[in-house]
Amino acid sequence: MHGYAGRILYVDLDTGKTRTEKLNTEYAKKYIGGIGLGMRLWLDNSKQGVDPFSPENPLVLALGPISGTMFPTGGNGHAFVAKSPETFAIGEAVAHGTFGAEMKRAGYDAIILKGKSEKPIYLWIDDDSVQLLDASHLMGMSPSETEEAIKEDIGDYYIRVAAIGLAGEKLSRIACIINEKTRAAGRTGLGAVMGSKNLKAIAVRGTRDIIPAKSNEFMEMVQEFHERMKGPATQKYRTLGTPENVLVHNALYCMPTRNYNNAHFEEADKISGEVLNEKFVAKILGCSSCAMRCEHEVVVPEGPYKGTMTRMEYETLWAMGPYCGIDSLDQIVKGMELANYYGMDAISAGVIAGFAMDCYENGILTQKDLGGIQANFGNSEALLKLLELMGKREGIGDVLAEGVRIAAEKIGKGAEKLAQHIKGLEVTGYDLRCLKTAALGFAVSFRGADHNRHGAYAFDVKGKVDRLKAEKGRGKMVRDMEDNYAIIDSLIICKFSRGTYYKGLVEMAKLYNLVTGFDINAEELKKSGERINTIARLINIREGLGRKDDTLPWKVMNMPIPDEGPVKGAVVTQEELDLLLDDYYESRGWTLEGIPTKAKLFELGMDNLSSIVEGKQEA
Amino acid sequence: MVKIHERKFVSADPDKCVGCQICEYACSWTKEKAFNPLKSRIRVVRVNQLANMAVTCRRCEDPPCVAACPRDALMQSEETGTVMLDADKCNGCGWCIEACDYGAIMLHPESKVVHVCDLCKDEGEPQCIKWCPEEALTLVTSDVLAQKARISAVKKLFQEAKK
Repeated sequence: MHGYAGRILYVDLDTGKTRTEKLNTEYAKKYIGGIGLGMRLWLDNSKQGVDPFSPENPLVLALGPISGTMFPTGGNGHAFVAKSPETFAIGEAVAHGTFGAEMKRAGYDAIILKGKSEKPIYLWIDDDSVQLLDASHLMGMSPSETEEAIKEDIGDYYIRVAAIGLAGEKLSRIACIINEKTRAAGRTGLGAVMGSKNLKAIAVRGTRDIIPAKSNEFMEMVQEFHERMKGPATQKYRTLGTPENVLVHNALYCMPTRNYNNAHFEEADKISGEVLNEKFVAKILGCSSCAMRCEHEVVVPEGPYKGTMTRMEYETLWAMGPYCGIDSLDQIVKGMELANYYGMDAISAGVIAGFAMDCYENGILTQKDLGGIQANFGNSEALLKLLELMGKREGIGDVLAEGVRIAAEKIGKGAEKLAQHIKGLEVTGYDLRCLKTAALGFAVSFRGADHNRHGAYAFDVKGKVDRLKAEKGRGKMVRDMEDNYAIIDSLIICKFSRGTYYKGLVEMAKLYNLVTGFDINAEELKKSGERINTIARLINIREGLGRKDDTLPWKVMNMPIPDEGPVKGAVVTQEELDLLLDDYYESRGWTLEGIPTKAKLFELGMDNLSSIVEGKQEA
Repeated sequence: MVKIHERKFVSADPDKCVGCQICEYACSWTKEKAFNPLKSRIRVVRVNQLANMAVTCRRCEDPPCVAACPRDALMQSEETGTVMLDADKCNGCGWCIEACDYGAIMLHPESKVVHVCDLCKDEGEPQCIKWCPEEALTLVTSDVLAQKARISAVKKLFQEAKK
């Protein structure tokens, strides 16, 4: 077999027993790998209604067929899948770096972790040897410290480690899983699922060869993409990086500011990508096999946080900056470092801090509730204290670590209206009131509020559509982007490299075929993208979600943009949302309740799963 | 003796190296038609996010790896400085590995004999240099390294003098 290792590793943490099974080739062809294969395997290995923190919620770690090869950006990714403790729907998160390549060389396409260890342990995979080792000495450590300690334990400095921090140990619902200090499988709280299994880390060493099926043609394609990666398609990521978005979004009044109270940040110039690059960026790194390199490594140059070092991207800068009304990069960088230290999704952590500040300014949370913190918007020291409390789950941090939805329910007093999330997952840096294609993409995203399931904001931000209008046709646009993004996260190539595929799916199919030896055309690959979105939808339906959950945060639908400017007054009404949802479901061949029809499942070769939609077709 | 301008080796510029490991893949592909860092003659070190550098054989004068081999399996070419292995004599004992200050000679995971950079003599040019997307790798001699250092030092001096 080429591309695929051909093996799945099952680990039962209750008994410590492990076994391998052959990869089901039909699954590989239908669901590719990464999040697609991961979700399909999760469905097979779980029961309806499973609690996210139950030992019966499997944590699936899946690779794509490209992992381990030299293909630029394609060689290095890995994906985690489990039921999310934030959304109670399917959760998934992808990370890059070097971990995925190492795991492929160890000979596994996926690892399925079930049960719960009695004592804290870490998993040590050394090719065919799989051991559960004591992790009691690692408890409380950051993911980065854990990685260093395990390398010392094993005595090999080239092994790869994915680990949780204190947040994951303490079952914070926004906990992530971090490899190589700065690369996070960030969203949907899967670090807490790992923590609930008493699993501190997964360490791997692989020594096998990776050989693509059609190696000469493959190397020609690698060479071609090396050239493309030096060209215009990746320029943004190679230069200013995603923080370039700060000034772009601000100029368009689509940068949610102060917990969605504004759509424009008057101090954006102080925290722009331009300033970050001029004063903070010390090095731009590349992941394994990447010919583009994007990882902007920043260091605080002076002041009390001098020497603080972390990776920085737009979303996290936005969440800890404008979303909290904060205009000081020193503290934003420090906040990002704290999120990595405790192992928290930095987007969610920043959004929750902004929420807490909004609660404070509205008298819903008092200084006493906050343990003495005066959490006004713009108070950067308050942000750092809130992050620390969240990471340690101390004081108000214990409530906030539950994620913004559950925290708001616990706080009450109308806090729910200030909690900006979809399906329980905190929003990201796009003001959905004035980006209506994006609003649809966010509403229907199976993992909750997120830009990375569809990238539909591009139509709005680039002016390809009237961004203030909700109209028919947006459904198909979102649907096509979703299918595309599902393929990207299942092959596991990097989204930042998407522009280098000049012929889109045609070239993705070519890459897939050269690596695996399969013969799949672009249309069939697109069908896999549709299938992957459908499996996610089926899982969510099985877990009780439906049209009612494809909705938008309270402020997006009830608080028009107040700022003087091009989009003043913009809001998404229920009528607009309904129109968009109807259009989207129709383009997907789903019922108006968002249920895939049996005919659609048959068309996708998924009729064996039709029991999930049984009796729901007419609802 | 190898002439000073003949003894060329691959050197990485730590300011440019981003730790992407493409050189490792290019090497193992060229030498073994497989992607496998353990089969690469050049290896990347990431000390932390800011400190990345690829390391390979520097073709020392009087190389300690050659001196350390008790079985005379290693010798250095008098024309090019390449460290050459007689695979029949090598038993993988690893004394050469201990002797090398750069970790540039390594044990092959399958053949269990050592391997070391030969500047891709069969390809005409080192493939790691060809593939490095950051142009961080160059083929240099000790003399050229010294020249470059001198020139940049003097340039800097004159720039500062202008201020």
